[in-house]
Amino acid sequence: MSTTTAGTTLGLDAHALSEQLSGLAQGLGIERWDLGAACSTDTSVQVDRGEAKQLKGAQRSAITVRVWNGDGLVGITSTSDLSPAGLARALSGARDASAYGNADDIPAFSPLATAPLEPLDQPLVEPRGILELLDTLREAERDLLGRHAAITTVPYNGLAQRSSERLYLNSAGACREQKLTTASLYLYARGEEEGRKPRSSGAVRLAYGLQQLDVAGCIAEAAERTIAHLDYAPIQTGHYTCIFSPEAFLDLIGAFSSLFNARAVLDGVSLSNRDALGSTLAVPFLSIHDNGLHPGNVGASNFDGEGTPVRRLALVEGGVLRHFLHSEATARAFGVEPTGHAGLGAKVSVGPHWFEVGPSAGSSGGASGLNRHTADGVVWIDSLSALHAGVKASQGSFSLPFDGWLIRNGEARSIEAATVAGDIRAVLKGILGFEGEAKLTPDGLCPHVWVEGLSVTGDA
Amino acid sequence: MVASTARPLLALEGFDLSWRQRLEPLLAAGRAAGASLVEVFLESTDHIGLLAEQDRITSVSPAFGRGAGVRVFRGERDGFVSTNDLSERGLMVALEQALGMLGLTVNSNGISGFDGLPDLRDYALAKGDWLVACPTLAESTDRLLEGTALLEQHGQHLQARRGSYARDWQEVMVAASDGTFARDIRLHQSVGLTALAADGEHRASQGRRYGSTDRPDDLRQWDAQTAAVDLCASTQAMLHAEYVEAGTYPVVLANRFGGVIFHEACGHLLETTQVERGTTPFADRIDAPIAHSAVTAIDEGLSDGAFGSLSMDDEGMAPQRTVLIENGVLKRFLSDRAGELRTGHPRTGSGRRQSHAFAAASRMRNTYIAAGPHTPEQLIESVDRGLYCKSMGGGSVGPTGQFNFAVEEGYLIENGRLGKPVKGATLIGEAKEVMPRLSMCANDLELAAGFCGSVSGSIFVTVGQPHIKVDAITVGGR
Repeated sequence: MSTTTAGTTLGLDAHALSEQLSGLAQGLGIERWDLGAACSTDTSVQVDRGEAKQLKGAQRSAITVRVWNGDGLVGITSTSDLSPAGLARALSGARDASAYGNADDIPAFSPLATAPLEPLDQPLVEPRGILELLDTLREAERDLLGRHAAITTVPYNGLAQRSSERLYLNSAGACREQKLTTASLYLYARGEEEGRKPRSSGAVRLAYGLQQLDVAGCIAEAAERTIAHLDYAPIQTGHYTCIFSPEAFLDLIGAFSSLFNARAVLDGVSLSNRDALGSTLAVPFLSIHDNGLHPGNVGASNFDGEGTPVRRLALVEGGVLRHFLHSEATARAFGVEPTGHAGLGAKVSVGPHWFEVGPSAGSSGGASGLNRHTADGVVWIDSLSALHAGVKASQGSFSLPFDGWLIRNGEARSIEAATVAGDIRAVLKGILGFEGEAKLTPDGLCPHVWVEGLSVTGDA
Repeated sequence: MVASTARPLLALEGFDLSWRQRLEPLLAAGRAAGASLVEVFLESTDHIGLLAEQDRITSVSPAFGRGAGVRVFRGERDGFVSTNDLSERGLMVALEQALGMLGLTVNSNGISGFDGLPDLRDYALAKGDWLVACPTLAESTDRLLEGTALLEQHGQHLQARRGSYARDWQEVMVAASDGTFARDIRLHQSVGLTALAADGEHRASQGRRYGSTDRPDDLRQWDAQTAAVDLCASTQAMLHAEYVEAGTYPVVLANRFGGVIFHEACGHLLETTQVERGTTPFADRIDAPIAHSAVTAIDEGLSDGAFGSLSMDDEGMAPQRTVLIENGVLKRFLSDRAGELRTGHPRTGSGRRQSHAFAAASRMRNTYIAAGPHTPEQLIESVDRGLYCKSMGGGSVGPTGQFNFAVEEGYLIENGRLGKPVKGATLIGEAKEVMPRLSMCANDLELAAGFCGSVSGSIFVTVGQPHIKVDAITVGGR
């Protein structure tokens, strides 16, 4: 069912795929099924001091098919083989797996799988040749290396472009399709001065195609961040007011997104419980929305894994927990509509798309006049690391290494090495206010966030 | 209807000798186009993932796939293309794309200099029935439910109980124009238990995972009772633990998964991918001391049944036992084909990748610190005030060599004895500074299964060590 055109773009024919699945299902006695499929073509390059070492291309295809057996139980199979034989194998595998479906929690088709979709403005950009990608990245690396004598390598770098298609089909006639092209650039430089430890920092940019990519901005940000960490000093262990960069705060919220995840709530592994809606979670001037449709969200989808439309959803407004993220099954359990945050699985996962964080409409926004450039004795957290290891989402606690600066009398000096530790609930209730306009990042929209009283441990 | 036999859900076509006729023209075409080396990696996979929650099976997720990775070298540069299309045309398209990345084109008049593939080195010969010898779905689900029931039996204040099982079967064939022609079947099984306890504001979650390679019967042999008792004791100990006070401590790290400290602090820095990037401080330190003389560290793919063991690596080379550090002195780097080409360090059978979608890179296999002369008690007795890390979580290392990892279960050491449990500790440091402080090794080496994510994807590894003592390390806490 996949075709190759011009050697670069895979194609999914939703109508033909649907007909084929219907025929195969009928032959296997399967009356009810749905399917998610994706195809993509990627090219990417990496360079090392002007030399290309490895250039990569990938053609990927994948389908996940679910079936409901005669007892109404659900089975699932995934495969990368989109040939008729592969589809048949997937269907029969899903049918066999359905014998183990969970009778206590049976997914159904989303009632919104055929509801109108919000249109997305996603221009499809013709991919460029890989040698043009290579030239662009080489030039970017050369530019970055020239920004400071201490920057001698950019050990982590990459320029990639992707053309992709995805679709959702079900036996009740739902048919969702999306085509997307994206390009991405990351530059992580390493700086080292005589007798000093190496330092590293970087930047990322996304766009719909190579032409729209903000290469200059990525170089400038990577250089600025790396240079700003060269002159480092140890920090004394203690409690500090911390200013989270937009990227760092979004990382923290993302790591604790089980707070808003109805699946995690039902499974008893969220800090929230069923009755938490309407309770105060944060300072009264904080709002958090999930908005996968934001124009700044390159790579947005307007439907989720179950075909439900994606929409803007208030999670926290005025510090109060307003909504959970839902799949069809969790929404049914809560007696609400699905919100467009589902994956596709035997047990359907739920997850956020893209956060908007900032002051609640009509609120004071917390303390005014916050300015890290004139502050004293505060820690400015530029980026957090090791979130996979240092976050205990079900407990609320975190202990994370970070890169950042200690600000004394408005002078920022990079911190040699340190961790920041705390509890997400205390963080959300310890926000002092916001500084500056919200910044557009790959993960969301957020201003600098001031939080009081966090524990910072300096390296020995 | 419940499947009652061990037969896999999905029958897949294997890679037999007929592939020689399909691969040789491809390798010849690549060489004729001007490539110095052409490599094709074929893969077929059959995966089952199971999840049990409380006393229910909540997810059964079969997955299967096929694909190829085509890699072409021209000097030190290489082009890599992966595809799910294993037809002759699909593979040729992938080759053409890989060649095109290096400025080469298929030329039917070119002279390849390729003499054909030799006899197949078939590591899979005795493994053909492994997939059907694995536990059936019915057996697997029963064992998982046994595990979650044992958690309920032994735990207190448990809010969530989970068991998970994954069976990854993989058949690979590697053919390269240097005469590599090899086939293997790999079988990895892992089973884990996790528990979340809650008592008012106090919460603790702990997990344990056990994994093996090439042992179809292993889930049947899994000691669920011991795993559940150990996990419940750990969860209970940490439920009311206080947060550790931040600072610099001498630390004693328990054996088995404590080995993550060497994996993160030093192991990654001894891969040639790091030498290539210029991100290891040890690049020019062969035969120089880089660690305390108490430290001998080894990486190998040979330990029977260990999660990182291999019959051959993903470039078709038999794995070695590689002594990385001997009595504190750096001896070898872990190297793959590209690493050897670009850095001069000889290959060690360490070329590994998650799947056909990744080019192989130098990666760790079973990595451990060798046993020393002491008892674990002697290490603890040598500490006045410090931290005992009984169970470790994950960790990472950055481009500057700064590493970190999380302590899942920790206890204070006071006057040479174990004291109260503490939580929330993260250890951070830099390899160059910490390795010389690793001053004592005990006599109780054990390995533990884990997963390692890096440049060529997520792969099966083991970490390991005896109890070790680090004289001083930064502990992030409250």
